[in-house]
Amino acid sequence: MTAVVSLRNVAKSYLRGKQQVEVLHGVDLEIASGEFLALMGPSGSGKTTMLNLIAGLDQPTSGEVSVAGERIDGLSRAALAAWRARHIGFVFQFYNLLPVLTAEANVEVPLLLTNLSRGERRKRVETALQLVGLADRAKHKPNELSGGQQQRVAIARALVADPTLLVCDEPTGDLDRRSAEEIMNLLQALNRRQGKTIVMVTHDPKAAEYASRELHLDKGQLVDEAERRAA
Amino acid sequence: MTLFKQIAAVTLMNFKSLPHRVGTSIVIVIGIAGVVAVLVSVLAMSTGMLETMEHSGRDDRAIVLRNGSASEMGSALGRDAARLVEDAPGIKRDSQGKPIASAEALRLLNLFRKEDGAEVNVTLRGVGPQLHTVRPEVKIVEGRMFTPAVTEVIVGKAAHAEFKGLNVGDRIKTRGATWTVVGVFTSGGDSHESGLMTDAETLIAAEQRGSVQSVTVLLESPAAFQKFKDALSSNPALAVDVSREREYYRRQSETIGKVIYIIAYVVGGIMAIGAIFSALNTMYSAVSARLREIATLRAIGFGATAMVMSVLAEALLLALIGGTIGAAIAWLFFNGHQVSTSAGGNAAGHLIFELSVSPALIVTGIVWACTIGLIGGLFPAIRAARLPVATALRAI
Repeated sequence: MTAVVSLRNVAKSYLRGKQQVEVLHGVDLEIASGEFLALMGPSGSGKTTMLNLIAGLDQPTSGEVSVAGERIDGLSRAALAAWRARHIGFVFQFYNLLPVLTAEANVEVPLLLTNLSRGERRKRVETALQLVGLADRAKHKPNELSGGQQQRVAIARALVADPTLLVCDEPTGDLDRRSAEEIMNLLQALNRRQGKTIVMVTHDPKAAEYASRELHLDKGQLVDEAERRAA
Repeated sequence: MTLFKQIAAVTLMNFKSLPHRVGTSIVIVIGIAGVVAVLVSVLAMSTGMLETMEHSGRDDRAIVLRNGSASEMGSALGRDAARLVEDAPGIKRDSQGKPIASAEALRLLNLFRKEDGAEVNVTLRGVGPQLHTVRPEVKIVEGRMFTPAVTEVIVGKAAHAEFKGLNVGDRIKTRGATWTVVGVFTSGGDSHESGLMTDAETLIAAEQRGSVQSVTVLLESPAAFQKFKDALSSNPALAVDVSREREYYRRQSETIGKVIYIIAYVVGGIMAIGAIFSALNTMYSAVSARLREIATLRAIGFGATAMVMSVLAEALLLALIGGTIGAAIAWLFFNGHQVSTSAGGNAAGHLIFELSVSPALIVTGIVWACTIGLIGGLFPAIRAARLPVATALRAI
């Protein structure tokens, strides 16, 4: 299978006050098309930083990041924004829906960055909402939906523009067990039936079980599974 | 195209979320409404006064004063000088060949304002027998015209409305005579409506003074002014200043007009600075309140320009609402409101005029409002655009 994501010797450090904090150290990673990868690790291990680099929300201090066949580590902010619109669908822990918009208007937001006609946009929104089982909640605003429903709307929003990669940051972090299972089943179905490539950061081992591959980060480095178990 | 769509989409979302931020949004609206209301109201004073003074003059009329006199009150022309002026070339003549001119004497009367009882100096203007040809705009609207050689006066419409004791039949006592009000006149809304008129000879005789203050002449045409002026300037027997009437009245209102403008812009400017800070505060709050939305939209792929424009559009919308309210307040409460000032130039004595909230002033107010909104929105807009998305998402 071809690699959709490729990280070569990626390092990332931040300035915290006057101190340089190394978050990732020389990470190498390949994610194949159609994979469902769960990134796990303790707080501060660099999971979210790595996810941000893959999603083009941040730039590495050194190393190469290629996603969807394109080097993105050198792109400008504006170019990265346009690139994200084409290739990345986001699912956030707190859903991040726009409170003043209805579910269907929220799902339509990424399509406003395309040249699709209004009719085409409407059709796609409808399909996406059907896919997540919320066609009957299209006219509801986020505050009229449960947490699980809101996250499903967020997934529909992430899918609607048919991105190369679905990036999920703790998608079940704010949900009860039952809703979390529903969301994980939905993500797994999207991966298995639609062939969507998914990268998910999670603390929850149960959520990680739905993924086709698990990777662990510790102190900014990917840890070998055997090493991890031994430790 | 996509950029416009982005801007429209984000702006629309901002507008839709405005009802959730009524409290902070009202601060900017009230602040700007206050600035515009004050600015437009004060400028309306200046505009109203200028309009009144501009109506007071015509290009085909000239006014002659003693050399070096800033206004009629400071001028004195002997009878011989007045006659020489009336004989000069360039003056239009009536059917009998007489020059159309009015040698005018001015005196100040002490009258009391109806509103607060304050004592105010009001001009009593003695005019020549050719008043109707020199000033055809003077029309009697109540009572009748004064009779020469009788101590009768006619009262300007604005003075009639402003002062006590100026009804037809009322009497006004001065040191030299008791004057009877016999009529009320209009003169096209000019400054003469703020005063009284009588026969010049009667006034001079009653006051026992021999001189007039000015001579106003009707010219053959506006172009004849130069001929008239040159003739007077080259006459060694005369030491006079000649002005077109419109120019003269404009000059009279220039100083006070400038003072009002300065007051308007200084007060308006100080208030505007306050409003800018309030707008900055409001828009920073708006950006902070929408940090999650902005970060999410940026993550999805919306550009920085769309964020800047949407914040600016929101600031502009609020400013426009504030500006419109401010202009409406100024118009409702002050347009057409009669005020008086004794500083309308000595020529006019106590000048009565209406505040004029003209369309141009409303535009000025709205431009000020938009400028305040844009400045107040700019820095928060830049903040929204520069927001590091990854950090902002994590901070939520």
